Amino acid sequence: MATRQTHGLARLMLAPSVIFLFIWMIVPLAFTLWFSFQQYNPLNPINDRFIGFGNYALFFSNPAFFSAILNTLILVVSVLAITVIGGIMLALLLDQPMWGQGFVRILVISPFFVMPPVAALVWKNMIMHPGYGVTADIARFFGLQPIDWFAQWPLFSIILIVAWQWLPFATLILLTSLQSLDGEQKEAAEMDGAGFVSRFIYLTLPHLSRGITVVILIQTIFLLAVYAEILVTTNGGPGYASTNLPFLVYQKASLEFKIGQASAGGIIAVILANIVAFFLMRAVGKNLDK
Amino acid sequence: MARAVSTEHKIVATIGAWIVALLIFFPILYTIITSFKSETEAIAGFNLIPSFTTESYAEVQDQYNYFKPFLNSVLISVGSTVIALLIAVPAAWSMAFSPTRRTKDILMWMLSTKMMPAVAVLFPMYIIFRDLGLLDSRFGLMVMLTMINLPIVVWMLYTYFREIPGEILEASRMDGASLWGEIWYVLTPMAVPGIASTMLLNIILAWNEAFWTIRLTTTEAAPLTAFISSFSSPQGLFWAKLSAASTLAIAPILIMGWFSQKQLVRGLTFGAVK
Repeated sequence: MATRQTHGLARLMLAPSVIFLFIWMIVPLAFTLWFSFQQYNPLNPINDRFIGFGNYALFFSNPAFFSAILNTLILVVSVLAITVIGGIMLALLLDQPMWGQGFVRILVISPFFVMPPVAALVWKNMIMHPGYGVTADIARFFGLQPIDWFAQWPLFSIILIVAWQWLPFATLILLTSLQSLDGEQKEAAEMDGAGFVSRFIYLTLPHLSRGITVVILIQTIFLLAVYAEILVTTNGGPGYASTNLPFLVYQKASLEFKIGQASAGGIIAVILANIVAFFLMRAVGKNLDK
Repeated sequence: MARAVSTEHKIVATIGAWIVALLIFFPILYTIITSFKSETEAIAGFNLIPSFTTESYAEVQDQYNYFKPFLNSVLISVGSTVIALLIAVPAAWSMAFSPTRRTKDILMWMLSTKMMPAVAVLFPMYIIFRDLGLLDSRFGLMVMLTMINLPIVVWMLYTYFREIPGEILEASRMDGASLWGEIWYVLTPMAVPGIASTMLLNIILAWNEAFWTIRLTTTEAAPLTAFISSFSSPQGLFWAKLSAASTLAIAPILIMGWFSQKQLVRGLTFGAVK
């Protein structure tokens, strides 16, 4: 029984959120757009002027740009693949009857609560350090040469760390989704003689599709913006081997003071994120309607 | 009918799950163990039994004044969560109880603001914060984290509020309750659990946010994310100290996280998976 009065009140209650979010989104973005057409250097303002698409041309012609785009995609896709496939397998395992299930869940979910700089530094120093890390200890035990992870496999090492942070999230979501699967359906399939594989393909996987969609959506938002993990481990190097798009933009702005180019890069990042968002939001919108 | 499960099956599953779980947890476990070693022990090779010294903890406090970033983290994460709730509760409330044709679009738009890469607005934010005198200030970071997490807070609250049955409102209205009476006596008690879960999850997210907290602070307002990042260039032997600082930085949130697993799934999937 909504009256006109309650409708007016409802709008008033909604207004602060919408207004704050709108301002927060539009003002900085407008600044970025404006700077992306300027030559602007806060340390050397003499040459500041409007240069049209010059910054975009400079950004595109920078060889670092393509490696940054490529690294961003490799990072996002690899981590998604590891966490979704690993998450499904782990969820299936944790869904089995066992002793101490609650405690196992707590152990598995824990990495998700570790702040990114801690996760990255712990992996860098405690696990992957070529002198004192656990992997070096293991290598020496077998009489092998320890691997210098961040020098030899910089991007792969970062993928490993980020995947470790997000695997628990995927597992938890998929396990929750799995547990809502109707037990009777499973039994009926079993009685009809469906084996594990066909039960998985025709029953479990379709049931998990919504969970998988959500995992991909949420993770993509965060994975496109990976920053702290790179900052405290490789700092983008060696060369640009582990620089992703956010990190390149940060370098241009905060280290080289090329604000115009950084802004052009920022706009490109926004466009990329929006392309991804468009497809993902459609998928989620569809899934939410069900 | 419960499925009969063979003991063998259960034993195999238990062993498998425990091995995998311990592997995943190992980096955290090893950090906690190392934090109770001395620096020379920490680099002396793989060893799971520390000498249980707390000297690293004492040093982290003495040398780096650990308590200050810790306090900053508490103030910033709790503060931003409270501000976000004050703005989001009315919004989620109105969308859940008087939805319009545009409600779904507004929710989707809010979510889409999360898609904007933070780095794209780093420089404008930096100069806006500088000109407003908010650089390296706790209040500035609170505002920033409030805005970042607002869409998730609105969404979470919305999914909780939507489950409060509307009929209960009509019943109370029949009994002659005023609008405020309705909100205070009928809806608030039903909404509190949802608000509490949202609060818990948002504190976790704010505590772990590691872009703006690092870039917009230097010394005064630096929370634990920025503090820990300063360990990225090692000075001498620091493995045990790094472990102690890391353990302290993650312990409170780890414990909160263990208690909020269910809410986490619900909150971060915007109610799509429960």
